Amino acid sequence: MERREFLKKCIMVVAGASVPLSALRLIDPEKVLAANPDIQWAFLVDTNKCVGCGFCVKACKTENDIPFDAHVSRTWVERYVYTKDDKRYVDSPDAALYGFTESRIDLGRGEFKEIDPDNVGKAFFVPKLCNHCSSPACTQVCPVGATYKTDDGVVLVDRKWCIGCGYCIMACPYAARFFHPVYHVADKCTFCYHRLSKGLDSACVNACPFGARKMGNIHDKNDPITKIIMNERVGVLKDEFGTKPQAFYIGLAQEVR
Amino acid sequence: MKSHVWRPLYVVIAFVVALLVFRFFYVPNDFGSGKRGFMYSFHRKSNEMEWKNQPAKYGTSGRERMHEYCSACHGEIVKLRSEKLHGIIPCEDCHGPAMNHPENPEKLNIDRSRDLCLRCHTDLPYTTSERKRIPGIDPKTHNTGLECVKCHNPHNPSLEGMK
Repeated sequence: MERREFLKKCIMVVAGASVPLSALRLIDPEKVLAANPDIQWAFLVDTNKCVGCGFCVKACKTENDIPFDAHVSRTWVERYVYTKDDKRYVDSPDAALYGFTESRIDLGRGEFKEIDPDNVGKAFFVPKLCNHCSSPACTQVCPVGATYKTDDGVVLVDRKWCIGCGYCIMACPYAARFFHPVYHVADKCTFCYHRLSKGLDSACVNACPFGARKMGNIHDKNDPITKIIMNERVGVLKDEFGTKPQAFYIGLAQEVR
Repeated sequence: MKSHVWRPLYVVIAFVVALLVFRFFYVPNDFGSGKRGFMYSFHRKSNEMEWKNQPAKYGTSGRERMHEYCSACHGEIVKLRSEKLHGIIPCEDCHGPAMNHPENPEKLNIDRSRDLCLRCHTDLPYTTSERKRIPGIDPKTHNTGLECVKCHNPHNPSLEGMK
């Protein structure tokens, strides 16, 4: 073989080997369409409107049979208080099931901190719930296939199949999952899947008197929620985790994570 | 090959076959990946229906539909509600879930407690929050021990019309 010939063939082999296998795979149109179904549920929280009444938590616990006295909740409301001497406090007593009826901050372990009203710089409330991420960490770690993302974008737990190992509870960066005290399986917000399929709003959206919680189909361009998400300044929690949350927030602060 | 190779291999093969047989009977037929692939949606398909079939408790959805539904029987009360004040609060927040009302439950369990009103009407010194726009009281000094509804009309709470 001549030297020129040898070099030519070398280049050809290298070029051929550098084509990844995936590039040779034919695209199945059915699969592409399936990845973009008609409904993808998304949540929108307007933190500016929340007053911390906790009716959402009450409605959620009632609708989904989460015991009131158990210290777990599918949704909760956080209070953020910044003092003028630059201290920051966050609390959520009883997940805000009974609202915020005291000005003192619950530091946990039975300790409370009263803040001088003149020292309060800014304060606000942030409702939280499962973000129903597009790439949920919780469903990846499930060893038995008991938690999954539905085609319309809701992350659910199969109560019959869950073995209660708690991997998903640890994997969720948002602490949105908990161990159900009655069923003894992992539990989480379902976006009130049973209500959505009946054409009703989820219980928390329904209960909010101020319109701080809203829900819509993010694949419908005419949906009012989609319009807000597309046109206004919204943020998501812990974007850097790469979970692609589907709960969007208006009026986020750096401390809200 | 010698039997000392084959014999342990038989054990392994028998183990694998036993595992596959067990799996065949134990794993439900509808187990599989959804459209989101193996990583995110490996699940039992029928579980989706199980969640969908859960009974709903809160009936109405949206303020307009709620007003419409409740005014069929309680029209007078719904009309009384002032749109600017407590008209924004869904009936079921205080009156309780009413999916199959009036059949079941026949009578709703109304929460008339002080604590319910204090959810919004405790005075908190948060000038930047929407909470400050709501009139607030100090629950420790404001007519302690009395139910708010003794003096205030919860449906139209304007102070002019106070009992």
